Amino acid sequence: MKTYIRATGNISPQQSFGHQFLTEIIEHTGDRLTCIEPDYKGIIDVKLIRRMSRIIKMGVAAAMECLQESGVTIPDAITTGTAYGCLEDTGVFLTKMVEHNEELLTPTAFIQSTHNTIGAQIALMLQCHNYNNAFVHRGFSFESALLDGMLLLAEKEANNVLVGGIDEITNISHSILSRMDLYKCEQISNLDLFTTKSKGTIAGEGASFFLLANASSDNDYATLDGMHTFYKPTSATETEQQITSFLSAQSISINDIDLILTGRNGDTKNDELYSQLQQSVFKNSSTGNYKHLCGEYPTSMAFALWVAVNIIKTATVPTVISKEVKNKPKKILIYNHYQNIHHSLLLVSAC
Amino acid sequence: MSSPVFVVGLGAISAIGNNVAECLTALKTEAAGIGDINNLQTAHRGKLPVAEVKLTNEQLAIRSGLPSTISRTALLSMLAAKEALDDAAIQNISSLRTGFISANSVGGMDRSEDFFAEFLADNAKGKLRDVVNHECGAVTELVADKLGIKNYITTISTACSSSANAIFLAARLIKHNMLDVVIAGGTDALTKFTLNGFNTLMILDQQFCKPFDENRKGLNLGEGAGYVVLVSEKVMATLKKEAYCTLSGYANANDAYHQTASSPDGTGSFLAMTGALEKSGLKPADIDYINLHGTGTQNNDIAEGTAIKRLFVDQYPKMSSTKSFTGHTLGACGGLEAVFSALAIKHGIIYPNLRLETPMVDLPFVPERKFLQNVPVRNVMSNSFGFGGNCSSLIFSKI
Repeated sequence: MKTYIRATGNISPQQSFGHQFLTEIIEHTGDRLTCIEPDYKGIIDVKLIRRMSRIIKMGVAAAMECLQESGVTIPDAITTGTAYGCLEDTGVFLTKMVEHNEELLTPTAFIQSTHNTIGAQIALMLQCHNYNNAFVHRGFSFESALLDGMLLLAEKEANNVLVGGIDEITNISHSILSRMDLYKCEQISNLDLFTTKSKGTIAGEGASFFLLANASSDNDYATLDGMHTFYKPTSATETEQQITSFLSAQSISINDIDLILTGRNGDTKNDELYSQLQQSVFKNSSTGNYKHLCGEYPTSMAFALWVAVNIIKTATVPTVISKEVKNKPKKILIYNHYQNIHHSLLLVSAC
Repeated sequence: MSSPVFVVGLGAISAIGNNVAECLTALKTEAAGIGDINNLQTAHRGKLPVAEVKLTNEQLAIRSGLPSTISRTALLSMLAAKEALDDAAIQNISSLRTGFISANSVGGMDRSEDFFAEFLADNAKGKLRDVVNHECGAVTELVADKLGIKNYITTISTACSSSANAIFLAARLIKHNMLDVVIAGGTDALTKFTLNGFNTLMILDQQFCKPFDENRKGLNLGEGAGYVVLVSEKVMATLKKEAYCTLSGYANANDAYHQTASSPDGTGSFLAMTGALEKSGLKPADIDYINLHGTGTQNNDIAEGTAIKRLFVDQYPKMSSTKSFTGHTLGACGGLEAVFSALAIKHGIIYPNLRLETPMVDLPFVPERKFLQNVPVRNVMSNSFGFGGNCSSLIFSKI
C-alpha cells in the first residue's frame, strides 16, 4: 500500500504560508530564526485568535491551510509531534506562579500549556471526533506522529490522516538553550550557516502539516515510501548500516536516490557525521541542506519533508537547497540527526 | 493484524504502594493513599490533599539506581518499568526487538520549576542540570537508557489519556510485527505547576475525592507510574509463565467540545468505549468490570456516567474508580489502571469505589462500594479521558 502526501501547510522562517515554495529566500541575522506568520483573520475565528498563543495559532493555521488544499474537511485522524509543546503558555504560568507565590493565578495559560493543545484545538474547530494523538519525544516527535499516521492508513482505520510537527522558540527557552552552548556566538546570516566554520547552530521553529492518504488524488505532492528512526547509534558505522538496511528494506540502492537532503546545522562537531557519510554511503550522491532556512529544532524534519515534497511536485531544486542536482528529482532521501541522539530517515518519491 | 497481544508483566508505584503487591494489598484492604502534602514544596501544604508516593527522591534514587537530582517523574517511571520487565521474566530479551513507550504530562517540570525561580530573578542563574530534562521525552530516555532499550522509544502526551494511548500504540506496533516486546504505560510526579493549574480550574476537592457521588467536589491529584509489558504471540509461546490477559480492544476518540471540559453527554467517552468494544469483537454484556476514569469532578463523572448509561443500557457491569485510592495521576493513570485491570482478571476481583455515599441521581447504576473476590472477570474496560477532549478506552480479556 502506498502512502500519498496529498497536501501541505507550512509556517516557517521562510515565506512558506500560502503554498509559496522558496520563491523568495528570507535572510535572518542572529542566532534565532523566527517564523513569518500570516494574518490569522480569515483562517481562525477572531475571538479564538486573541486567546491563542503563537504556537497554537501557527499550528492551527498550518493545519487549516493543509486541509483546505486537500479538500478534506474532517480528517479521519489527527496526529501531532512537538518536542517542547506550548512553551509560551508554560512560561507565562510558571512566571506568575513564582512571582505571585502560587496565588492569584488564572487558568488560561495552564489550560493551553498541555502538549496536546494544538491537535485538540484543530479537533475542536473542525468538530472532529476522530482519532487524535500527540507525541512529545524530542527529536522523534514528528517522526512518531508520522509513523502513527502511516500505521492508521495501513490498518485501514483511516483513509487520510492530518500529521503535523510544531515547535516554537520563546525568549525564555532561547535564553536557557543558549546557556547550553547550542548556538553560534557570532551574529551571522542564516544564508552563511554552512560557510561559517564554528561551534554552534542557529535556533529555529516552525509548524508544518501534511495530509497523508491511502489513495491517489491525481494531484498529490509525492508518495511517502518509508521512514526509519534509530536512537543513539554507537558509531558512524552503525549509522551507515542503518541507512543501508533502510534502503534495502525499500528494495532500492543509494544510486536510485536523486537527492539526499541532510540535516547539517552549521555546528562543526554536529556536521562531522554528515561529512563522514559523504565519504562513504553518500559518496556518489547529490546532497542538499535545509536548516539554513528553518534553523535547528527538534521537529525540523517536518520542514525538511515540506521541502522534499515541494521539490518533487515542482520538479525543481532551488539552488539554495542544492546546486548539485540537474535532473528532475524522482526520489529524495532525507537524513537528519538531532544532537546525534535521534536519527531519522524519510524516503519520498514522485507519484 | 488480528493476532493477540499478551500482557505478561506488571509494574506500579503509587500513593497506595511502591510495587504491584503493595498496591494490590491496599486495594483489597480499602486503604486509600490520599493525605496531607509531605514531599512537594508548595504553598498549598496543609490545604489541599494529594496522593503522594511515600518515598523521597533520595529513597527512590537508591531503589532505582538513578541519581536523586533528576526528575521524580523519571525515578517513579524507572521503578515501575523495571518491576514490569522483571515480572515479565523474558529470558532472551536482548535478541528481541524491544520498545519503551511512555507517557507523561509535564516531563521534568518538578525540576524545571525549581530552576525557574532562580532563573526569573537572574537569567544567568539556576542550575542547568535541573532544566536539561524538561522535555517529556527526556524523562522517557533516562529510563530507556537505564533499562538498555533502544529499538523503539517514544513519548505520548495527551493529558489524562496519555498512558492509555501509550499502551494502545504498543499493541499496534506488535501487531505490525515492528516490535516483539514493549514496556508501555506512563508516569507523573506531583508538581507545583500541575497542582496550581488544577487549582485555578477549581476542580480540586479540599477533602478526599468522592468519584461518582452526587455530592462530589472535585479530584485529588496523585503521582505514580504504571507499566505493562506486552508481547507478541510468538514471544508468548517461548515464555514459561502464564500471561495475565490479552489487550483485546482499544479506541481513541475526541470529544471536540471544550479544551478542558467534557461534553454533557460524554460524546468522546461514548465513542472511545464503543470503538474499543468493536475492536475486541465484544458486546457491552461481555464486560464484567469498568475501571472508570472517575476523577470525582462534577463534569467528568456525569459525562462518563451518561455515556455508560447510553452504551450499556440495562446491563451495567460492575464498575469503580480506583482514583479514590490513588488520586488522579494524570499521565500515569492509564498505566496504573491497566495494571489494576490485569490484576482484576487474574485474581477475579473487583475494587471498591471508596467514599461513595450518595449515588448520582441522574445515573441508573451505582459503582461497587466493597471489595469483591471470587468474581468471574473475563473482560475489563479501562477508561481514560483527558483535557483537549482526548478519550481512550482499553479492553483487557481473560485468556
